[in-house]
Amino acid sequence: MNETGWPRLLPQGDAALVVELGDRIDRHVSERVTALADAMRRAAIAGVVELVPTFRSLLVHYDPLILGFTDIAGRAQELLAGIEVGERRLRLVHMPACYDEDLAPDLADVAAQTGMTPVEVVRLHGSVDYHVYMLGFLPGFPYMGDLPDSLRLPRLTTPRVRVPPRSIAIANAMTAVYPLESPGGWRLIGAVPVDLFDIGRDPPALLGPGDRVRFEPVERAAFDDLRAAWAAGEGALSVEEVAA
Amino acid sequence: MSAALVVVQPGLHTTVQDGGRFGAQAFGVPVSGALDAEQLRLANALVGNGAGEAALEILHIGPVLEVAAPTVRIALAAFDGALVLETAEGRTVPAWRSLTLKEGDRVRVVASRQAASAYLAVEGGFDLAPVLGSRATYTRGGFGGFEGRALAAGDRLPLRRERASERGDLRLPEPPAVGGEPLRIVLGPQDDRFPPEAITLFCGSDYTVGPAADRMGLRLIGAALTHLSGHDIVSDGIATGAIQVPGDGRPVLLLADRQTTGGYPKLGAVCTADLPRAGRLRPGDRVRFAAIDVEEAQRARRRQEEYLKRLVAGLVPADEQVIDLDALYSANLVSGAVNGFEWDDADAAVG
Repeated sequence: MNETGWPRLLPQGDAALVVELGDRIDRHVSERVTALADAMRRAAIAGVVELVPTFRSLLVHYDPLILGFTDIAGRAQELLAGIEVGERRLRLVHMPACYDEDLAPDLADVAAQTGMTPVEVVRLHGSVDYHVYMLGFLPGFPYMGDLPDSLRLPRLTTPRVRVPPRSIAIANAMTAVYPLESPGGWRLIGAVPVDLFDIGRDPPALLGPGDRVRFEPVERAAFDDLRAAWAAGEGALSVEEVAA
Repeated sequence: MSAALVVVQPGLHTTVQDGGRFGAQAFGVPVSGALDAEQLRLANALVGNGAGEAALEILHIGPVLEVAAPTVRIALAAFDGALVLETAEGRTVPAWRSLTLKEGDRVRVVASRQAASAYLAVEGGFDLAPVLGSRATYTRGGFGGFEGRALAAGDRLPLRRERASERGDLRLPEPPAVGGEPLRIVLGPQDDRFPPEAITLFCGSDYTVGPAADRMGLRLIGAALTHLSGHDIVSDGIATGAIQVPGDGRPVLLLADRQTTGGYPKLGAVCTADLPRAGRLRPGDRVRFAAIDVEEAQRARRRQEEYLKRLVAGLVPADEQVIDLDALYSANLVSGAVNGFEWDDADAAVG
């Protein structure tokens, strides 16, 4: 499927190419973006500095002393013609999650606003495998979707000055986990025991664009044990490879 | 104790910066690195380092440093800056040359009086562990450089060399000018989110760098720009130099510590040949913009690269009196022909 009017190959300055494949948040568009990123990585084009997949476009940072804009745009277009979505193997990450009240300051409010009980909110949040569209905003911050329709609420009118690290958050059609303490306006409904971002690791982020994430509720005691293990540098995630 | 530079006074915001941290933007990790890669490169060249070696980036007010090594060679790149040796005679050494210091010497860095940023390089570089392949400091994330933060009094910056090499000190005969010409931008990727009048207005107006200016970006005060259809876009990737226009219509010029992605329309991006000049802007400075196409921007970058290579190749021994008129003449000729900062109509005709 091709979106009408796309792709658009646009410059961003003289050292970055935007390959735009659509203008909305859409899983199919996103999968084409990740597939193009994979194809470009495999092509190992001299002068390509790095690739940043986002919701609906791929940003190709390149060295303008090695590659001209038309060269890199031409190569991207060629590779785009050959990508196949659906052939990829994906990582499905099983993400332990705890939704206890003290870790979930907005859970009661989300339940009230959506006309559900907190238990129903938690069940619904864990009922789908989320697609990691992109990382951004903060190092390691994953934009994941799509949230079930009945859980979609706007961001808080007044953002929090301090969101605790590892909070599970929702806003509109997205869910995320704050990797670090930061200001933030998303609604907090739980926490994970896992360090999503660790500068000492390579790669430093646990999740990458194109991954699938399944939140799996754990009891508080298990959560605390897992947290202690991660804090001691002994944490591990269960990851399986699945077909797209 | 191993060789070090000891921070006596840290200055306003002194950080370790290199050519930038590439390869982790897909994980949301900003590039960081020097605001002015050109000055970084020249400071490094003066002490015989590679172009992107980590050095001290000095913003507005310089530090006082003390040498804790038998000898160390340092060089300052700064527009109208200097090193003041805090000895009895209080010797002042202008920027754009290297200088060999000995154990116990104290040096006050007089930062640039014409630009926000200045760079102090040490021969051999700092002995700091790279993080994700780079020694650039990202203070918001608290990693890279020296303990992920700006320098503080008492810090000991470990040096890779125990003492200065035997080769003599160097100077740059013709330092670059700070440059006040318009910053050239390539329009896009969201220039179509603005009416044509907004783009004409942006390129035809004087802007002033606002007080909210840091390594992440500069908020520009001047003509506010209208959007065609709202100011939210589906977040996409950001390049250094991008000009982002949020809901209030006041453009923001994004610099080294910018986020990797963002959700405001980007009218254009400053071309890489002019990014060093963008990294020199101080609150209160006037700035103008001019749109060029991407091919022209890339030609400008190639010319600037040639110019910098010639500057580096033209370093001379620091203590030698330059009386060779032929050499002077040819140096002038060369820099006149390939000056990367020059803003003129020759751009389209070259290359």
